[in-house]
Amino acid sequence: MSEKRLLLGDEAVALGALYAGLSGVYAYPGTPSTEITEYIQQSPLARERGVRSRWCTNEKTAMEAALGMSYAGKRALVCMKHVGMNVCADAFVNAAVTGVKGGLVVLAADDPSMHSSQNEQDSRFYGRFAMVPILEPSCQQEAFDMVADAFALSESLRLPVLMRLVTRLAHSRAAVQIGAPLPQNAFDPDDERTRWVLLPGNAKRQYASLVAKQEEIGSRAGTSPRNTLSLGEKGGLGVIAAGIGHNYVREVLPAGVSVLKLSQYPLPASQVRSLAAHCGRILVVEDGQPFAEEQVRALLGPDYPVQGRLDGPLPRTGELTPDCVAAALGVGGAAPHAPALNLAARPPQLCQGCGHRDVYAALNRVVEEFPGARVFGDIGCYTLGALPPFRAIDSCVDMGASITMAKGAADAGLRPAIAVIGDSTFTHSGMTGLLDAVNDRSAITVIISDNLTTAMTGGQDSAGTHKYEAICLALGVEREHLHVVVPLPANMEEITRILREEIAYEGVSVIIPQRECMQTLGRKLRQKKQQS
Amino acid sequence: MSKIDIKLCGVGGQGILSIATVLGEAATLSGLQLKQAEVHGMSQRGGDVQSDLRLSTAPIWSDLIPLGGADLIVSMEPMEALRYLPYLAPDGAVVTSSRPLVNIPNYPDETALLSELDALPHVVRLDIEAVARESGLPKSANMVLLGMAAPYIGLLPEECLRQAIARVFSRKGEAVVEANLKAFSVGLSHSMTVSK
Repeated sequence: MSEKRLLLGDEAVALGALYAGLSGVYAYPGTPSTEITEYIQQSPLARERGVRSRWCTNEKTAMEAALGMSYAGKRALVCMKHVGMNVCADAFVNAAVTGVKGGLVVLAADDPSMHSSQNEQDSRFYGRFAMVPILEPSCQQEAFDMVADAFALSESLRLPVLMRLVTRLAHSRAAVQIGAPLPQNAFDPDDERTRWVLLPGNAKRQYASLVAKQEEIGSRAGTSPRNTLSLGEKGGLGVIAAGIGHNYVREVLPAGVSVLKLSQYPLPASQVRSLAAHCGRILVVEDGQPFAEEQVRALLGPDYPVQGRLDGPLPRTGELTPDCVAAALGVGGAAPHAPALNLAARPPQLCQGCGHRDVYAALNRVVEEFPGARVFGDIGCYTLGALPPFRAIDSCVDMGASITMAKGAADAGLRPAIAVIGDSTFTHSGMTGLLDAVNDRSAITVIISDNLTTAMTGGQDSAGTHKYEAICLALGVEREHLHVVVPLPANMEEITRILREEIAYEGVSVIIPQRECMQTLGRKLRQKKQQS
Repeated sequence: MSKIDIKLCGVGGQGILSIATVLGEAATLSGLQLKQAEVHGMSQRGGDVQSDLRLSTAPIWSDLIPLGGADLIVSMEPMEALRYLPYLAPDGAVVTSSRPLVNIPNYPDETALLSELDALPHVVRLDIEAVARESGLPKSANMVLLGMAAPYIGLLPEECLRQAIARVFSRKGEAVVEANLKAFSVGLSHSMTVSK
């Protein structure tokens, strides 16, 4: 049985995982990784096989639950955007120390050029830090095929395997050849307590065993069919082309250039040495940060000419493009048409009719009255409140930082300190910060702008829907300083009055403007119409 | 080897990705190689969106179209068509809606914008929203645009594009399929007239 399907890189990973006998996917939505879990949620095969796929509260709960499924002998997949790796890092790094039972694949989708992100951190560093194998597909077909490899590698080495995508692969479609699905693993819980209970005595043994596995991990990468060396002209240019970088190199490959395609790490040192011995100089082409480049430079020493992002041929920041790679290979040309004259930037904006708009309209009106006020923002659609016409927030750093930064600033004497956070971001990473603020009686006003969904990534279920009041009360927010309002122009007077009163209160107050996202609402109405 | 590289563009919510899906389906039906890079996430909220669509009889490496490589720009909005000008091949064609979508305060002067567009070697422009509305198909302006672009996509026969439309919209019911097929025909006939 064999067929071809047109799939996004994300979907190729999802289907690859299902065909590799997946039993559960654990994830929090994040561009560009969201479509992996969505694909599994809609897959008939996943339904038939009872594959667990509901959204998790954050990447850490996702990683830990997946580790639990692996403990029980089943194959599990964790998916996130690159910054999600920061959130799950504790569980990820320690999962390498315990090791796994059922195959455990951690997929990080990096976003070089920051299309929808606040940095361009490169997840491969996390893989190296945790000392686990890393796989980096170059195309959709390889993404599909590699997931099965990753699960097999994970079970054979008894380690989590990190798989890394970048936006341009995650969100690009191509035809993928599909084979027959593998069966799922049997339920078979582990019972080796000495490796799972990481008390120092056990942890020391486990860590030593992880270190001892490094040679085997290295030799697997060294002999991996995913890393291929094709030699060209003796003494000429050698290119190390990692992941999607390989496509841009092959797009314009000049004759005689040698290429080491790099898709599995640790860096295959012997192949790099062979390439170096055959060639006179090396160019490292990789998307993201100069991860391989630094290692290649260290491996070959200061006398061997290595070029890449660190010394100029390729830009130090931003994603690779066919153009910058062609230029680095000396075959680039100028664009035939100059940029247009009649052109203006068109930044994204909050939808017309969106409840966040009414929240910012009210907030701006009140904040105007308090010259020292600061509004600490957070990650989501409402971050767009930073742009005109609202220009309403003073910060946006990481998931949950609105509440805790407002608290710290209030501790330092800032008044009024206001936090704006979305519903899904609040359950992801805001609740613990709110507890800190309650315990410290910090003078902050928290606005949980609740649109009943995870809107920015396309309207996924939000973990705390209909529970926000209960959560805040349980965390110790006082009843009289907790308000639920409906953000509509008609309620502007009520909302601004509550804001003024709560800003004056020297303690924690929470205001929950609650109205469904226009996009989600529209989709539900369309679905209803189609069904009737 | 024959190939065509198409830059699809517009503003978030205008239906760019549906055009891309139909072209992808048509390419698959024709047994062509295909890569199609899309923009998801933040930029879909009323910002500029674009998709790189590459079709070829030979394997395709890069998911992205290089500068000067696009044989065709297909745009739901005239300023968005101009945004990707550096990607247009020297003799490439532009098929675009002529109706500005003004959701920013500093939108350029419309007359200057359209004359810059018209100065390009091969341009077909039409107020596709007006045409779609006049034809009683207000929700299918994007398929009018696809119909206009069809004569420039020699690799995909017209009949194959029709089949693809039928398949892509089939889950939305027969009426939606019919409306989109009709919109495609409307666009196609306009393209013939305007190009002459």
